[in-house]
Amino acid sequence: MNVIEVKGLKKSYGQVHAVRGVDLSIPAGEIFALLGPNGAGKTTTVEILEGFRSRDAGQISILGFDPQTLGHAARQWRDRIGIVLQSAADAGDLTVVETVEHFRGYYSKPRNTDEVIAAVGLEGKTGALIRNLSGGQRRRLDVALGIIGSPELLFLDEPTTGFDPEARRAFWALIEQLRGDGTTILLTTHYLDEAEALADRVAVINNGLIVEVSTPAELGGRATSKALVSWRDGSQVKSEESDNPTSVVTRLTTQFGGEIPELSVTRPSLEDIYLKMIGGVHEQDS
Amino acid sequence: MNKIPSALNLGIRRGRLEIRQFARQRESVVFTLLFPVILLAIFGSVFKDTIAPGVTFSQYFVAGMIASGLVNTGFQALAITIPMERDVGGLKRLRGTPMPASSYFIGKAILIAVTMIIQIALLFGFGLLFFGVEMPTELSKWITFTWLVLLGSACSTALGIAFSIVPKSGRGASAVVSPIVIILQFFSGVFFVFTQLPTWMQQLAAIFPLKWLTQGMRSVFLPDSFAAQEVAKSWETGRTFLILIFWLVIGIFFSVRKFKWDRD
Repeated sequence: MNVIEVKGLKKSYGQVHAVRGVDLSIPAGEIFALLGPNGAGKTTTVEILEGFRSRDAGQISILGFDPQTLGHAARQWRDRIGIVLQSAADAGDLTVVETVEHFRGYYSKPRNTDEVIAAVGLEGKTGALIRNLSGGQRRRLDVALGIIGSPELLFLDEPTTGFDPEARRAFWALIEQLRGDGTTILLTTHYLDEAEALADRVAVINNGLIVEVSTPAELGGRATSKALVSWRDGSQVKSEESDNPTSVVTRLTTQFGGEIPELSVTRPSLEDIYLKMIGGVHEQDS
Repeated sequence: MNKIPSALNLGIRRGRLEIRQFARQRESVVFTLLFPVILLAIFGSVFKDTIAPGVTFSQYFVAGMIASGLVNTGFQALAITIPMERDVGGLKRLRGTPMPASSYFIGKAILIAVTMIIQIALLFGFGLLFFGVEMPTELSKWITFTWLVLLGSACSTALGIAFSIVPKSGRGASAVVSPIVIILQFFSGVFFVFTQLPTWMQQLAAIFPLKWLTQGMRSVFLPDSFAAQEVAKSWETGRTFLILIFWLVIGIFFSVRKFKWDRD
């Protein structure tokens, strides 16, 4: 059984159709990234899956439960789920360790407080008041609170916003570690390199619809798209698109009799593909 | 597999956490706890008369201060701070955990009850030492006092949580809540002798719990002879109990049904 199963999800706010029929199937242990511009229906979709919002139509099963009709099962369900929201700036008068320890008490099978604090790289800040943390440190605390209950399913909403490159790398390593524990992760992010580094599969959502679901390497026909070979010929920069870039390079090697000036062979990045996808389906601005 | 902790257990943990957070906000600790003492000092110095044989204004005012302390510390504080917690995303985060709403409410109730006990102790201390306030001697009055504080504190907590759905934002909450509390205090006979207020004011005040809390506290701190000067010529203790229970039920109902965890 899939951890997340969504069929025909719809949600409108008055005249605005935020989500217009979303389908998702995410098996256990997968890291799944949801990409999309602001206003695409990303946040609405995720918040419905998290049980924060109601829906207008569609079927949802999250860990075998419908978040809208949990009733008395709500606490058992939440015990198995971790949520890292976009921003929270509460509890400024508590220390890092007090906060993590307190949240630990909410769950039936929590992780170890010190291990979680170390995993998010806050071991030097355990006694610091939250209001004295930097933005990036605060974000790492958010993540710590999301994983303290050892969730089977983790929602991560823009987790590395405000991180410096080093902290992002450390965070990615943490996610890899969670993958190793078998945690299913639904990640929303603006950073395409992050999706590429972490996600097994990505979905692009735009105008309330899923445009495509694929692996990062294959999204938008990326794996089979033409490579761009460029080089300098005298004062001119020349380029050529090709399905067989190796033969182009071989030809150029002969032509130049050795080293080709300023040679580069590139394939479209995930970002190029993504921008093309969301640009191509923008029928209406929301 | 371990069990999820009970709602009561988590409520007590939340209560401890709320107290710890409150204790670290020094300015608000000092102000919250000493506010009734400051008011007693001001009013006790201005009004030196006795309002009835053997009843000083300070004595009358202590009853009003304890009653309105319950409203300030519970209703007013919660109706302002909960929207602030909501604004910064703290409530939404809590909602995403297995902690039930009832634990959050229990935590608030514990915070308010503990704050009230300290506030009353300070008021008694200063009242005895500097303003000649006399403490009741009969056990029955202390029994009345105890249930009034407990029920009043619970009622004020529940109504504060319920009213937290009204302010749209934390920034505007104070502007919505504070005038209501101040007007209610004037109408309910906290600052003035209740029976000297215009009848329409008395009747309006009689709908809300503060008037009854204040009257109940008068029954504790004023001699029984003063009961004849009340509107009903008696302390109406039974009716006070029922009206506070009624408002407690209203408060719990709206807190449970309508509590807002998120801004939108």
